[in-house]
Amino acid sequence: MSVAPTTYAVETDGLVKEFAGFRAVNGVDLRLEPGKVHALVGPNGAGKTTLFNLLTGFLRPTAGRVIILGADTTGLPPERIARRGVARSFQITSLFDQLTALEHAELALQAASTVGYRFWASEGALERYRNRSRELLAEVGLADLASRPAGKLPYGQKRALELALAIALDPRLLLLDEPTAGMGVEDIRRTIDLIRKAHAGRTVVLVEHNMGVVAELADQVIVLQQGRVIAQGGYAVVREDPAVVAAYLGQAHA
Amino acid sequence: MTRLLRLLPYAVAIAVALALPRAMYPVLALDILLWGLFAMSVDLLLGYVGLLSFGHAAFWGLGAYAAAIAAKSTGVPFAIAALVGAAASALLAVPFGYLAIRRRGIYFAMVTLAFAQLVFYVANEWRDVTGGENGLHGVPRTFPGLALGRSADFYYAALPLILLGYVLAYRIVHSPFGHVLVAIRDNEPRAQALGYATWRYKLLAFVLSGGLAGLAGGLFALGNGFASLDLLHWTTSGQAVLITILGGIGTLWGSLLGAVIVLELRDALTSAPEASGVVTGAVFVVIVLAFRRGLWATGRDALRRFAAPVVSARIDISEGEVRHGRS
Ligand SMILES: Nc1ncnc2c1ncn2[C@@H]1O[C@H](COP(=O)(O)OP(=O)(O)OP(=O)(O)O)[C@@H](O)[C@H]1O
Ligand SMILES: [Mg+2]
Repeated sequence: MSVAPTTYAVETDGLVKEFAGFRAVNGVDLRLEPGKVHALVGPNGAGKTTLFNLLTGFLRPTAGRVIILGADTTGLPPERIARRGVARSFQITSLFDQLTALEHAELALQAASTVGYRFWASEGALERYRNRSRELLAEVGLADLASRPAGKLPYGQKRALELALAIALDPRLLLLDEPTAGMGVEDIRRTIDLIRKAHAGRTVVLVEHNMGVVAELADQVIVLQQGRVIAQGGYAVVREDPAVVAAYLGQAHA
Repeated sequence: MTRLLRLLPYAVAIAVALALPRAMYPVLALDILLWGLFAMSVDLLLGYVGLLSFGHAAFWGLGAYAAAIAAKSTGVPFAIAALVGAAASALLAVPFGYLAIRRRGIYFAMVTLAFAQLVFYVANEWRDVTGGENGLHGVPRTFPGLALGRSADFYYAALPLILLGYVLAYRIVHSPFGHVLVAIRDNEPRAQALGYATWRYKLLAFVLSGGLAGLAGGLFALGNGFASLDLLHWTTSGQAVLITILGGIGTLWGSLLGAVIVLELRDALTSAPEASGVVTGAVFVVIVLAFRRGLWATGRDALRRFAAPVVSARIDISEGEVRHGRS
């Protein structure tokens, strides 16, 4: 195999994930260029979230390799991959219900340090993350809700916090699983702006059903169907692709 | 002023702790404080990491045996012997925890129970060291410059160490580490996605919890002058869990309250031991049904409501620091 001239942000070779004989991801070879926004689209059940779980270590591949930012991460646990500069958000909002929005931001900001092991220190040790935490919450429109437990936030604000957590890690690779799911027009607008801002200096991979968002943000679109990549390229090209049109026929969204 | 007000509960608590041996048998007072610490160590895992240990008798009992052996064989001051007990239990918690934290829920409870049974078995067989069924008796308690013959004397001598245990438990829960623990309890995969090696945090929590249980057990052996097999029995683990649930999971101080109730009850029923199980069970059912979130949380909220008209503004401020049922 020849050595690639560039280091891809994400590279997979023959990636397969089987669930009890069913192939949710079925031989995916990705080469994602760094610094771009890549949209991962496809009908429900195409394997998008499963692919995310493979990239972030939440699932072990049945076969194939994952190379992230130039290093082989196949089989590494999620926290080791996260510590290499990979942040993800979850399709189904995934927060710490008893912790406040501010504590969420602090947890994310301190994750790179070892302050979390200090069982002998007072909570004052977290003070130095407070300003940046408040800034971050303000950026996603949560300034007024900083001291509310996440479990008691309205849905839209939970999604915003979900995104804030990923951004707070200051990752090199940002994986967002349907960041605008269930949002109203205004929130979608703000989320697009946020992602665009967060994109500076980073690679973003975005699972998205809203084609307006894809058209606006994505440099590159990858279409997944039944665990396989059926098309990739610019949005304008991909949406004319006969295979893609066929895949989306009968699908409610597009 | 607010600061003073916030310190008030601690001042009251210390005053109560100092007066306790005058209000009841000093031996009972000591047992209550030690069972309270033991139950807190269970709550540290149950309330703040979401792990129900059903094997904490292993740590309480090992702490007791280790402290008893240290005191008997070397005659070290009781405080050193108690710390030997804490260290022994913390050490044992490393391999046990390493294997147990891979499981969750009922499986974690079963694995910890199995480990504790193993320790019980070893203590029973290893007669030369543990005295087998007879246990170890005549455990001395000394401290340079102090006469510790009377139970009340030992109570006061041990109090600083016990308070240290409480403060450590409180510190752990209200530390950056405590925040990560709560995050893991609420949503472990999410914590991993942030880069936290959650198993290390769980293991550290398990070891700290084991160490606290060992400290309590060690002081128990020194205070009562013996270490026996029933300290390692699975019913001892059960009793600690019961105390924690009575007082309120995830409240820490609730464990102390639970210990007061269970031990007072047991003391009151010593003349009728066969009724003790039934009565304790009945009290347990009533309290759990009437106080869903345990005595401590329910009582605290009632107190707040009662005090609200007087100090409502102040409580609003402190709410942010006390925060939603974690203190
Ligand atoms: N843990 C699992 N066990 C068994 N089957 C699974 C598991 N996770 C996903 N699947 C299956 O794998 C397929 C792909 O699921 P996945 O969640 O990756 O799809 P998706 O593209 O993210 O869909 P959506 O757009 O609905 O989010 C589905 O058929 C799903 O039922
Ligand atoms: Mg999905």
